[in-house]
Amino acid sequence: MAENLAGLDTFPKLLLHHARTRPERPAIREKDLGIWQTWSWHRFADEVRSLACGLEAHDFKRGDHLAIVGDNRPRVYAAMCAAQCLGGIAVPLYQDAVATEMAFPIQNAAITHAVVEDQEQVDKLLEILPQCPTLAHIYFDEPRGMRHYAQPQLMSCDKLVELGGESFRRDPAFLEGEIAKGVGSDTAAMFFTSGTTGVAKGVVLTHYSLIDRARAAAEMEGLTDADVVLAYLPPAWIGQNIFSYAQPFVTGYCICCPESAETVMSDMRDIGPTYYFAPPRVFEALLTQVSIRMEDASALKRSLYRYFMEVARKVGGEILDGGSVGAMDRLLYRLGDAIVYGPLRNVLGMSRVRVAYTAGEAIGPDLFRFYRSLGINLKQLYGSTETCVFVCVQPNGQVKADTVGPAVKGVELSFTPERELLIRSPGLFKEYYRNPEATAASKDAQGWFHTGDAGYMDADGHLKIIDRVKDVGKLADGSLFAPKYLENKLKFFPFIKEAVAFGHGRNRVCAFINMDMEAVGNWAEKRGMPYSGYVDLASRDEVYQLMRECIEKVNADLAAEPEIASSQIHRFLILHKQLEADDGELTRTAKVRRLHVGEKYAALVDALYDGKQVVHVEAQVRYEDGRTGSISADLKIRDAKTFPPVAARKAA
Amino acid sequence: MGGEANSRAHRIGEVILALKGVSLAFGGVKALSDVSFDVREHEIRAIIGPNGAGKSSMLNVINGVYHPQQGTIRYLEREYHDMDPHEVAVSGISRTFQNLALFKGMSVLDNIMSGRNLKMHSNIVMQALRMGPALREEIEHREVVEGIIDFLEIQAYRKTQVGRLSYGLQKRVDLARALAMEPRVLLLDEPMSGMNMEEKQDMCRFILDANDHFGTTIVLIEHDMSVVMDISDRVVVLDYGKKIGDGTPDEVRANQAVVDAYLGVSH
Repeated sequence: MAENLAGLDTFPKLLLHHARTRPERPAIREKDLGIWQTWSWHRFADEVRSLACGLEAHDFKRGDHLAIVGDNRPRVYAAMCAAQCLGGIAVPLYQDAVATEMAFPIQNAAITHAVVEDQEQVDKLLEILPQCPTLAHIYFDEPRGMRHYAQPQLMSCDKLVELGGESFRRDPAFLEGEIAKGVGSDTAAMFFTSGTTGVAKGVVLTHYSLIDRARAAAEMEGLTDADVVLAYLPPAWIGQNIFSYAQPFVTGYCICCPESAETVMSDMRDIGPTYYFAPPRVFEALLTQVSIRMEDASALKRSLYRYFMEVARKVGGEILDGGSVGAMDRLLYRLGDAIVYGPLRNVLGMSRVRVAYTAGEAIGPDLFRFYRSLGINLKQLYGSTETCVFVCVQPNGQVKADTVGPAVKGVELSFTPERELLIRSPGLFKEYYRNPEATAASKDAQGWFHTGDAGYMDADGHLKIIDRVKDVGKLADGSLFAPKYLENKLKFFPFIKEAVAFGHGRNRVCAFINMDMEAVGNWAEKRGMPYSGYVDLASRDEVYQLMRECIEKVNADLAAEPEIASSQIHRFLILHKQLEADDGELTRTAKVRRLHVGEKYAALVDALYDGKQVVHVEAQVRYEDGRTGSISADLKIRDAKTFPPVAARKAA
Repeated sequence: MGGEANSRAHRIGEVILALKGVSLAFGGVKALSDVSFDVREHEIRAIIGPNGAGKSSMLNVINGVYHPQQGTIRYLEREYHDMDPHEVAVSGISRTFQNLALFKGMSVLDNIMSGRNLKMHSNIVMQALRMGPALREEIEHREVVEGIIDFLEIQAYRKTQVGRLSYGLQKRVDLARALAMEPRVLLLDEPMSGMNMEEKQDMCRFILDANDHFGTTIVLIEHDMSVVMDISDRVVVLDYGKKIGDGTPDEVRANQAVVDAYLGVSH
C-alpha cells in the first residue's frame, strides 16, 4: 500500500496523482435526489481543472484569496483545490455565520472572488458588498431562486465550469504549468478562528504543514483509500477540512456529503463510515436520543438493554483495548454484541467505524466509556487550527477518558511555569494574516506556539488539559479555580446543556446553569408536569431541585480532589434562555464565551453573590432572521450543599 | 422585494382562467353571488376575505366540486358551465386542502407518488407486479418526485409516516403532492393556516419558488392579510359571497370597502 508520494508537495499535485493512479475510485459522494451520486477522482480532477481555468479567466491570480461559503458539497472542495491550482489561497467561511460576521474576513484578506453554495449565501454577500468593495466575483453552486438576480458580480458555478472547460481545452498545458509552479511552502488555506478570545484571526497554513499532519495521522491509524468519511461539520472548521480535504488527498479515501443537515443520521447509516469524527456534543446528543428511545421501548427490551449495557460497562472497554477478560465475561459480551451492541452500532451508523475521534471539548468519562464499551474505537485527540489539528492522539490500546494521549510523531511539547502548553511541530501555522502582533504573541523566536491551554503530562506521558491558562484563576483565599473544569463536570449530566462558573477573585464559586430542553422536557413529561415553554420550565422548583442534585454530586466529587475542593459551587440559578451563538454567548463552535456572558448578565452574577433569592432579568435575543426581541423573567437563586474536603485517599 | 416582483411581472401572460358571473347557492343560502374575476398565466392570485366570505366555495367551484347555478368558467380557451373534479385534475389544475387530505398511514414518499397517479399509464396488475414497463415508469415518476422533495426540503422525512409529522410539515407534503401533478394551475386552500411565523415564512418562500421555478400559476386562499399582500400579484376580496375588491395588493389595501369588511364599520 505504501504509495510513492514523494515530490507531491501541494494539494493540486496530489489530486493529479490520484486522478492518474485511481481514476475510477470514488473521491466524493453526495446524496442528491435520494441517490448517492459518485464523483470519481478523475471527474473530481476535471471539475477542479475547469473551475481553476474559469477563475483564471476571471483574473484570479497567484496569491489571491478565494472565499468559499457553503455546506459540504463536492463543489466546495473542488473550489478549494481550484484556487490552490492557481497558487491561490482557499478561505472557507462558516456557512451559518450572519452577513456582518463575513465582512471581516473578506476585508481582512481583500478577497476578490467567492464561491458560495446557494441563494442564502449570495444574499449575505450582497448585503455586505458596500463594506467589501474588493469583492468582484460571486459564483453560486445552486441556481434555485437565482433567476432574477441581475448583479454584475454574480455567475453560476455551472457557467464558470463551462467557461473554464473551454479554456482548458484550448490550452491544457497552462494549468499543468501553474500547478507545477506551486511548492509546499506556499500558503494553501486560511481559516478564521472562531474567536473564543476576541476578534477573529486568519490562520495561515501552508501545503507543507497541512499535508505533513494529515499524513502523520493517516499513517498512525493506517488509513487507506478504502476508508470512508462522512463530511457533515462546517468545512470552514479546520477539523472537518482535515478529514474531508487534506486526508483524502493524502490517502485517496472517499468522503460523503449528506443530503441535508437533517438527514445526517440516516445518511450515516446508508454510508457506514469507517473513519469518523464528532465533537463531544454530537456523541452526547446521540446518547440522549438512544436513552430517550430506550425509555419508550418495551419492558423486555429495556431490561435486556440495561443488563447488557452493564456487562459492556464492565468489560467492553477492556476487550477493545485487548486487555485480559475472563471467558465467561467474554461469552456474555459476545451475546450482548449479537442482541444489543451490534444493532445499536448499526442504528448509530457506526457498524463499520474503525477509528472515531472526538475533540474540541472535554468529553464526559461516562459518555466516552459508553461508546467504547459498545466496541466503537472512540479516541481523543488534541489540536487546534494553528497546529493543523494533530498534536496528540490516543494510540490504539492506550485510551484513557481524561487525557488526550501522547504527542503525534513530529510534535514536541513543553510547558511554561504557569503550566501553559507549548508546541513545536511541522504542522504549525505560518502566521496570523496581517496581524504581526498576534503572531508574535503566540509564536516565539524559537518556534514554540503558545497554546493558551493549561495542562500537564501524566505518568504515562499522556497530555492532560485542564483549562485555558487565562481562565485558570484564584479564589479570594488564593486557592485554584478552573472554571472550565467545573463546567465540564456539570455538563456531563444529561439535564445540563451548558454551565458558566464564576469565582475568580471571589470568596466562593457560583454558577449559571443552562438546562437541556430535550432531556428536562422529557423528564417533566414522564412525571406529568405541565409547562408552557422554556422560560416556564426553567423556573420550576422541581427543575431547580433536579439541578441542585446534579450540582451536589459535583460538589461531592470535588471534595475528593484536594487541589480544587474549595471550588465547590455554593449558589446557582437556571438561565431563562438557551445560550446562543447568535446572541454572542457561544462561539460558532458552541463554546461558552464566559467573559461575555459574565458582562452581559452582570446583574445576575451580582445577585448570585449578594444573597438575593430572586432576580429580574430582561435580555435581548436575536432571532435567526436577524430581528431582535426581548425576554424578561424573574429568576430564582438557590443554594447547593457543599462538602468538607476529604483527605487525599492516595498518597500523592 | 420590489425588484423581484417587477422582474416577475414581465413574465405574467394571458388570462388562463376566467370566471364570469358565478353564483352558487345552497338552498336559500347564497354562498357566491355574481362573482367575476380572472387569473393570468404565471401569476400568484389571492382570494381573501373574512370567515364565511365564500373563499373555499370559490375554490370548490373552480375545482369542480361545486357546480354553480349561474355563470361560466373559461379555462384554456374552453368554456365550462361545470366540470367534474377528475376532468379538472386531468386538465392541469391541482389543489391542496385547508384541513389536509393526506394518507396519514403512508410515508411521505408514497403520498407524493400518489400525486403522480394521473400520469401513470401502466395498468394496476403490472404496477403491482412491478413488471418491466411499470418499473421503468415508476423510476421516471420517482425522479420527478425526488425533484419535488428536494425542492421543498423534506428529504429527511421521505420514509416517515405522514401522521407522525408536525402540521407545518404535513402542509408541505400536501403541497408536494399537488406539485407532483405538474399542474398549470395550483389551487392552495389556506396554505398557511395553523402555522407559526417561521413555518409561514418558509411556506411563502416555497410558493414563490414554485411559481418562479415551475412557472405554476397559483390561486391561493388566505385570511392572513399580511402574508397575502407580500406574495400576491393581484388579490380578489370577497365578503358575504360578493366581490368587493380586485386589484394589486396596494390597490386593495387602499380600497375602503375592503378596510370596512376587515375592520368592521360602525353604522
